[in-house]
Amino acid sequence: MSRVILVTGVAGSFASLVARRLADLGEDAGIDKVVGIDTILPDADLGGVKFVRADVRTPVIGKVIAVEDVDTVVHLDVNPPQRGRASGKELNVIGTMQLLAACQRSTTVGKLVLGSSAAVYGSSSRDPAMFSESLLARSGVRSGFPKDIVEVESYVRGFARRRPDVIITTIRAAQVLHADIDTPLRNYFSNPVLPSVLGFDPRLQFLALDDALEIFSQAVLHDRPGTFNAAGDGIVLLSQAARRLGRPLLPLPPFGFAAAARRFVRAMGSDIPPDLHRLLTYGRALDTSALRDIFGYDLTRTSEQTLDDFRQSIRPGILTALGGRA
Amino acid sequence: MNDDRKTIGSGGKPGRGNHATSPSVAARSLAGAGTAKKPVARPKKVAEPAKPTAKKAAPAKKAAPKKAATPPTEPQKPRLRAVTDEDAAAAAAAAAEEAARRTRTAGAAPQPAGIPLDEIVVAVIQAAQRVLGTDWESRAATLLATVRKRLSGDYEIDEFGFDPEIAEVLSAAIEPIAEKWFRLEVRGIENIPEEGGALLVANHSGTVPLDGLITGYAVKKYAGRNLRPLGADLVFSLPVVGQVARKVGATLACQEDAERLLTTGELAGVWPEGFKGIGKPFAERYKLQRFGRGGFVSSAMRAQVPIVPVSIVGAEEIYPLVGNVPSLARLLGLPYLPITPFFPLLGPLGLVPLPSKWIIEFGEPVRTDAYEPEAADDPMLLFNVTDQVRETIQQTLYKLLVDRGNAFF
Repeated sequence: MSRVILVTGVAGSFASLVARRLADLGEDAGIDKVVGIDTILPDADLGGVKFVRADVRTPVIGKVIAVEDVDTVVHLDVNPPQRGRASGKELNVIGTMQLLAACQRSTTVGKLVLGSSAAVYGSSSRDPAMFSESLLARSGVRSGFPKDIVEVESYVRGFARRRPDVIITTIRAAQVLHADIDTPLRNYFSNPVLPSVLGFDPRLQFLALDDALEIFSQAVLHDRPGTFNAAGDGIVLLSQAARRLGRPLLPLPPFGFAAAARRFVRAMGSDIPPDLHRLLTYGRALDTSALRDIFGYDLTRTSEQTLDDFRQSIRPGILTALGGRA
Repeated sequence: MNDDRKTIGSGGKPGRGNHATSPSVAARSLAGAGTAKKPVARPKKVAEPAKPTAKKAAPAKKAAPKKAATPPTEPQKPRLRAVTDEDAAAAAAAAAEEAARRTRTAGAAPQPAGIPLDEIVVAVIQAAQRVLGTDWESRAATLLATVRKRLSGDYEIDEFGFDPEIAEVLSAAIEPIAEKWFRLEVRGIENIPEEGGALLVANHSGTVPLDGLITGYAVKKYAGRNLRPLGADLVFSLPVVGQVARKVGATLACQEDAERLLTTGELAGVWPEGFKGIGKPFAERYKLQRFGRGGFVSSAMRAQVPIVPVSIVGAEEIYPLVGNVPSLARLLGLPYLPITPFFPLLGPLGLVPLPSKWIIEFGEPVRTDAYEPEAADDPMLLFNVTDQVRETIQQTLYKLLVDRGNAFF
């Protein structure tokens, strides 16, 4: 059986790697063709991926699915808005709606893999220590990217009701921490000084790039219906992460932290999304037992190891001498 | 003040001295020049503070290294004797000798004022010996290694954010408060299982939840296990408090966390009365409030772990709550704003807890493994077990109150 896979948002760093990997698996894995779409041209070399420049927010997407006989849709690059890209809300929510509408009409699509985010759980002081897939966000999903991702997931659930024959896999992934993957936490940790919230030390989790790629390829290659959390085992406190990276924390008062931190990070020539401050205040941890027991994937790197890999690939922090880690 | 001729409200002329705590300018210059004016000999002089002693030790040391070989205190002895007591002289001599032995030249440079460096070094070494014991060098090395590890972020924390090293430090810091200030007595420690999960259920009181800290300390000290308290969400929304709470093992009081802790064999602690318990007026002390909604029983049943009733006597008296400002509390988003006899009247001093006597009794465990895990969905059974635990604690409280007698003495 030959399959045609559509990957959305391939101009994004992570989605392009997923598309590339699926294309590389090629015929051996029964993959005939990988089609990647995005509104802007990808920076990275896509290899064997067929790139179609199209906007997921328009009905063109339906034509692409029909023309290419797509049977598997991998919906990726649902990302927090960034400077220089069109408004994130449009891309994330409206794009998902159009894509799902096209999938619903299509007779060929039999599988949808959604690259969701752990942000769907929000972040607040009322959170349990670990979120399992059945839990809902307690707070912190009323605005910004977390709200988008909650809406995206609700559209996908609606789609699942209308097309019960389609296998749907939702991966709620913690942020990938890798020097080449553009995620809010990577941008945050790349700063020489890390603004933090005074009096709070959030628990953070990171996902290794290899693990993330492997999870998505397995979701495409095998049938794994359901929702799964994906994050490196264990947690790292922000203070601990900062010490390991040799970067000093700059505690700012909680009141007005979001604006102050963003301004500060911009002054250092980088950018963080405005809703990252909740994560930096309360943190979040995921329970990945379903990924291990039901999905059947054993994570290879813990959060701590992911952070260490990341540390080796970036410029050493200014306090590295103090911590004694080269 | 024994000098009754002095004008009321004045300390006299500057440099006059008061014969009791500080010598006059004349006395000090005389002592410096070599011939000491012997202050009025009173028995009180023995307990005189260290200030004059230190002042007079300095010249003794200045002279000492110049005649390094000879016993340094010999020429000074009569002078020192004249101005200070025996102990101080001996200490100064020992310090000077040690300094002379360690650094031959350090004392040669004249030190116009302040404490000489070598003396500080000696003091640090002696302090280290006193605090850390005779093997202080290896222990200091361990300490430094720990600090280094902490600074490089090279330590393990569990998924709840529990940091065992910080918990150790906190336990050590609480020890004097619990043992000396509150004179803690612990009973029934054998009722805490040596391994495996258990749920400790305790009464809550004291305006500020110090009882949680002290119970955690008692469990760690006497049972050698880490208590993982389950706290209200307010704890985790407060800056600093929430951060520290997570690091010493606390987590949010919710079903998911309780079951996760208990099924992994941890010792969880709950205070089901919550803010109703700690925020109740002093007049209602040792009367248990509503005991939650039975959530703790269902968690224990699902995890099939025993419930250990814990009765804490003494926490009620630390901050007697005599008033409350509900409107201001609402404004600040707090469950209550306490007024105690000393707070806010005495300001920060009112934050010192009263030294009540504490007794913590760990009662006989209530077994839940006789029930099926599905029994956790039977509300009637939950209420019965909740009541049983509550009654046990209430009766034990009355018994302990009789045993304790006076709250403070």
